[in-house]
Amino acid sequence: MIPLLVGISLISFFIMHLAPGDITTSEASFNPKASEESRQKLRELYSLDKPIIVQYGLWLKRMATLDFGTSFASHQRPVFWQSKDKDGNLTLGMIQEALPITLLINVLSLIFIIAIALPLGVISALKQNQLADRSITLFVFIGFAIPGFWLALMLMYWMGVQNAWLPISGLQSIEHENMGWLTQILDTLKHLVLPVFISAITGLAGISLFARNGMLEVLNQDYITTARSKGLSENRVVYGHALRNALLPLITILGLAIPGLIGGSVITESIFAIPGMGKLFYDAVLMRDFPVIMGILTIGAALTLVGNLFADIAYAWADPRVRRGVVK
Amino acid sequence: MHFCHFKKIALLALLSTCLTACGDGSANKENAAQINYNINYPSSNGGTLIEATTGEPSGLIAMIAGESAASAIAGNIFNSLLKYDKDLELTGELVESWDISEDQKTITFHLKPNLKWADNQALTSEDVLFTWQKVTDEKTRTPYGSDYKLVIKAETPDLNTFRVSYAAPYAPALETWASLHILPKHLLKDQDINSTAFARNPVGSHYYKLDKWKNGQYLKLTRNENATQGQAKIDHLLSRIIPDKAAQFLELSADNIDLMGLNPIQYARIFPARPDLNNKIALYKELGNSYTYLGFNLKRKPFDDIRVRQAINYAINKQEIIDGVLLGLGEPVASPYKPGTRWSNPELKPYPYDPSKAKALLKAAGYKDHDNDGILDKDGKPFHFEILTNQNKEREMTGVLIQRRLKEIGIDANIRVLEWASFLGRFIKPKEFDVVVLGWSLSLDPDQYSIWHSSQQAPGQFNFISYNNTRVDKLLEAGRLELDPDKRMKIYHEFSKVLLEESPIVYLSAGYGLTAIHKRVKGISKPAPPAGIGHNTYEWYIPKAYSRNEMSEH
Repeated sequence: MIPLLVGISLISFFIMHLAPGDITTSEASFNPKASEESRQKLRELYSLDKPIIVQYGLWLKRMATLDFGTSFASHQRPVFWQSKDKDGNLTLGMIQEALPITLLINVLSLIFIIAIALPLGVISALKQNQLADRSITLFVFIGFAIPGFWLALMLMYWMGVQNAWLPISGLQSIEHENMGWLTQILDTLKHLVLPVFISAITGLAGISLFARNGMLEVLNQDYITTARSKGLSENRVVYGHALRNALLPLITILGLAIPGLIGGSVITESIFAIPGMGKLFYDAVLMRDFPVIMGILTIGAALTLVGNLFADIAYAWADPRVRRGVVK
Repeated sequence: MHFCHFKKIALLALLSTCLTACGDGSANKENAAQINYNINYPSSNGGTLIEATTGEPSGLIAMIAGESAASAIAGNIFNSLLKYDKDLELTGELVESWDISEDQKTITFHLKPNLKWADNQALTSEDVLFTWQKVTDEKTRTPYGSDYKLVIKAETPDLNTFRVSYAAPYAPALETWASLHILPKHLLKDQDINSTAFARNPVGSHYYKLDKWKNGQYLKLTRNENATQGQAKIDHLLSRIIPDKAAQFLELSADNIDLMGLNPIQYARIFPARPDLNNKIALYKELGNSYTYLGFNLKRKPFDDIRVRQAINYAINKQEIIDGVLLGLGEPVASPYKPGTRWSNPELKPYPYDPSKAKALLKAAGYKDHDNDGILDKDGKPFHFEILTNQNKEREMTGVLIQRRLKEIGIDANIRVLEWASFLGRFIKPKEFDVVVLGWSLSLDPDQYSIWHSSQQAPGQFNFISYNNTRVDKLLEAGRLELDPDKRMKIYHEFSKVLLEESPIVYLSAGYGLTAIHKRVKGISKPAPPAGIGHNTYEWYIPKAYSRNEMSEH
């Protein structure tokens, strides 16, 4: 895994540097008061004047000690984890702050998706080509096709402006600090309703169609016919025998979803003013904030590899056929 | 079976969501309309002003952070030696007075007595000297050091006096002391200014001090009891970071924020259609110190020909751009200075829209449609070029309007839109472009040496259109040496005149800055003075009757 990780980081490093410009070419620097010499000096201070391979070597050397470095654009904030200066001032890491927020939203929306999409998929399979199946498919595709930002703004207007049911944007109320812990949790949850809903609604289609197709495939197999001919109840056949087998491929999907969990959506995060990973990465790319870009890519790559590993292990655990193949 | 129901309910819910949201429901508007925000309560202290900002500052040491989000917030925390008053004249902020020596090379600043930092330490000329040393230090990661490096000697004869000497008279010098935030030496002398935690936990001397910074969410400022400029009326300033303008607007209409910058559509289309919003929100428009232009690459043919440049200038309908792109919220300009200020030459008028004059000029330059394909040609080559701009909706739309007008006089133009860093790195720096649509946002000092002087053409410098005119060079040099405002004004009026004639760029428009402020905020100057409504934010107040309930406990 380590060589793979080094390979991924090497490729991302070079691709990142293929894009023209660096931190000194950001829009803020296009100011007649900022001179070219000053910008050249900045380049030297950030080692951006050295050949790319040397810069990569420097980065790798720091990574060997798990030092993700500090951001160019955000006043030297640590990219990954908090650091303490000599006077004991604690500075939180950028990924450290953004990651839990994004994880929370994505895990909640994944749970939401599975809780809704699985039953929808099973019903679709059982009622194949009937009205219920057709309307479920139509519904999930509307969810998939609807522009997220538009739906988000409409819901914000309806639930936040016209009716004060939910907060419009942000992660916490301004008076959050003065609340009791229970109200604090409630406050955060209220802020999360719309973002989670928006990121879930587009994901329904994938999982529900996946469950539907898996179910259909399984329902046509011999052992289901056997189960039915044994006289088992329909519920037993569907939920006891068919569903369990139809769910196997979902493990792979969930394994692949792990890296997706740490990448937030730029559009959702911008509209709802949520300081998550999507916005962090997007801003870093625009600012050419190389340490932040590399930090997120490396952590993303590592999590993808770990996710794959987990998916393989889980698969072996769930499916005896795979397990025996592994043992042999 | 019950899933079936669920699905139908869900579908219904989704549909009704769209329907109600799209319709003009007015459930909660009657409540809002009940409050009359037009009562003029007397000025009082207290309250919280919540504003929305699109970007989060990277730190609050402005010289290092560099971006506008940082200077905007840091400007409430730190003082400079000088400031612009409401008529845009320089006046003292930390200093009581300043003297300029006979040879105009030395400026002596006299600080006000008994100045204090927010932490009660004395603010002295030592701090000023320290700040100057930091901004000129080779190790400081600031792009703004060059102006201050012109100072050959800086000294502090006593704790209330700060003196700087220049090798030659430098007229923009005073302005540079109006934009440098003075930093506290006692807190920063042992720190690396590039990475110090002070940037996120600053101690300043202005009206406010930082109370809380929730990363990615908001910055809360609280009144500084030791403020050097007297006490502001509003207790707290809260800047909420909301990157999306539409979301900001929803927060504004739900009374959750008090102040935001609007885009032309919100100002000119949404507000007139929403009387409920007009009851509680006041709109302000004021000209900023910026303009959009079309710049020619003067190193490329045929733009080295003044007739071609003037022809294109006549062919572009500026009013159409202002009406179409800015929805009328802008003004045509004829000089690179804000109209109405001292530096803007009132005698200059923009090139009128005159296609026949444009055609005549092109004909004189040797362009004719020989093959009758609708495109002018010269020496067998059709008149074709590319308009380059960066990803900016308004500039893209401007490009399209220009493209159409050029087509009418027989010029074939393409538009290419690029992400900013690529735009700068691959096209502007190596000068690989024909024509650009861009904007300048300038400081108040009229010196534009770095943009127009022929010596400023190296890659990465700002005269990337390669403008080279000895008359302009001389005027720019003279303008830097002349400290007398009236004589200086004449120099820059003359400079603008040459520039307009030569037409190295086509001035397109100067857009208004559009601000919406909740009517609960009182004390805003009307009409706005030249410096804009922001000149007296410390006098703004929120009467008790209008302040938010949830805030009262603070």
